[in-house]
Amino acid sequence: MRIEKHPILGYIDKKEVRITYNGVDYPAFEGETIAAALLANHIRILRYSEKGKKPRGIYCGIGHCYECRVTVDGERSVRACVTGVKDQMKIISQGIDADEI
Amino acid sequence: MLMKYDLVVIGAGPAGMGAAIIAASHGARVALVDENPVPGGKLRGQIYKEPKSGWWIGEKIARNMENKIKQLGVPCFLECEVWGIYPKWKVMLNNGEQLESDFVLIATGAAEKAIPIPGWTKPGVMAIGAAQVLANIQRVKPGNRVAIIGLDVLSLTIAYDLKMAGVDVVGIYLPPLNAFSSDKSNPLKMIAYLSSLSHLAPNPMLKLLGKIGQKESVQKLGVNYYPPFGMRVWGIPLHLRKAVVEITGNDIVEEIEIATVDRNGQLGRKQEKRISVDCVCISGGLLPLVELASAAGCECVHIEELGGLIPLYNDQLETTQSGVFVAGNSTGIEGAKVAMAQGELVGTVISDQIGLVKDGPELIKKAKEKVSLERKNAVIKFHPGLENGREKLERLSRISEVNHY
Ligand SMILES: Cc1cc2nc3c(=O)[nH]c(=O)nc-3n(C[C@H](O)[C@H](O)[C@H](O)COP(=O)(O)OP(=O)(O)OC[C@H]3O[C@@H](n4cnc5c(N)ncnc54)[C@H](O)[C@@H]3O)c2cc1C
Ligand code: FES
Repeated sequence: MRIEKHPILGYIDKKEVRITYNGVDYPAFEGETIAAALLANHIRILRYSEKGKKPRGIYCGIGHCYECRVTVDGERSVRACVTGVKDQMKIISQGIDADEI
Repeated sequence: MLMKYDLVVIGAGPAGMGAAIIAASHGARVALVDENPVPGGKLRGQIYKEPKSGWWIGEKIARNMENKIKQLGVPCFLECEVWGIYPKWKVMLNNGEQLESDFVLIATGAAEKAIPIPGWTKPGVMAIGAAQVLANIQRVKPGNRVAIIGLDVLSLTIAYDLKMAGVDVVGIYLPPLNAFSSDKSNPLKMIAYLSSLSHLAPNPMLKLLGKIGQKESVQKLGVNYYPPFGMRVWGIPLHLRKAVVEITGNDIVEEIEIATVDRNGQLGRKQEKRISVDCVCISGGLLPLVELASAAGCECVHIEELGGLIPLYNDQLETTQSGVFVAGNSTGIEGAKVAMAQGELVGTVISDQIGLVKDGPELIKKAKEKVSLERKNAVIKFHPGLENGREKLERLSRISEVNHY
């Protein structure tokens, strides 16, 4: 899913870091958002709705709608679309129990 | 904790940053607040081919402005959302801090209007702006096969962005007729809209589209004879007689269901068709963010051509609350260069009111001329009736000034 070489913007020049999502280890680029890093690893489901446990992903992509809430290093309701990844960041989908992982 | 400034700027998009740079360089004590971790607003995702100077890359311009702001020593409160403005004036941040100032600039930009469509909560469905952020800033494809719902300047621009990013855009479709879709599901209105785009040239695609819309054959024959397979624009099929009636998939988006509509957007009896996609982008148009202005007691008016409800402001962009200014998309939906010039005008006016500049009137006149020039040269116009809207606003603002007097 990565746009390695863009005709106008050129090559991606960022440092690789590691993150975990629901306990699985993935590569990411420093400074990119959690939502972008997960999508680059083909992951679209960020949480499950409170009512009916339906899967949800990003919607607005700019921090307005709160559809993309995840738990980051123990902090709940972090917006995946505006929060940058850091090395060793632990991300968990909201709406599933920790012991399900 | 309470901190005192001359000017607090809310929103670090092109408008807010433009104002902060000008005011701070005249010596005003400025603070800049934005809820995002990175300054730049919607400027960051924009890439344009300029008629003369080649590619214009928003992210680069945003980083230059950010560096200037740092050099000027303007304190930036990032990841801080402003939730209220109290007289006269206290700007309230969600981390509990309060910034006190004589002047406030509301440069909060715009948000996207949503058009709910059955299945739109599935992961893989996103607002068109999210696709721009992913492709142009994050450098990740929003999907490999993307369908776009909603025809407007923004969706066309971003369709082109996606194509440049190597995404297969399977088509641009109408939304199904519902309470939120308004003109956007009406083929006749969309043909008229297309022909109004001819004077714009944000990218080669839009220019071509305008010409197609103007082609007599298309207008005269109208939508009755609009080719059922759509028209291809830079390889992207543009369907004016087809609406996406449902987005389906097990956990995530897998398919869209398409139905033919009549010239007024009513669903036809023809069989529905399914197309496989992994991402659907919905474009419902832009809406100025004005909650803070109305909460601060600024009088607001509804002007369709400017994007809806906006605060009333005078020719120096001051609202009906003295000391509270607006700039950028919170004054009406326009492009980034106009926003930046409006911000610079506010920075100049406020520096003059504080008494920091010698030749105030001359500087203000120049700043106003720059706004007009950017407006005239704009590569993108969001509403064909923009000029009309501006005139309406000026009239209303004069009436309001007379009444207050
Ligand atoms: C999704 C989207 C895509 C767009 N794409 C294009 C395009 O391709 N081409 C084009 O010409 N125009 C585009 N526009 C229009 C764009 O808004 C203008 O070009 C320009 O960026 C407007 O500048 P601004 O400074 O007014 O607002 P913005 O650039 O939107 O900046 C506003 C800033 O205010 C911040 N903010 C808002 N509310 C608060 C609050 N309460 N507290 C703290 N901070 C806050 C936001 O985080 C943001 O950084 C787009 C608009 C949107 C919404
Ligand atoms: S997608 Fe809307 S807030 Fe993250």
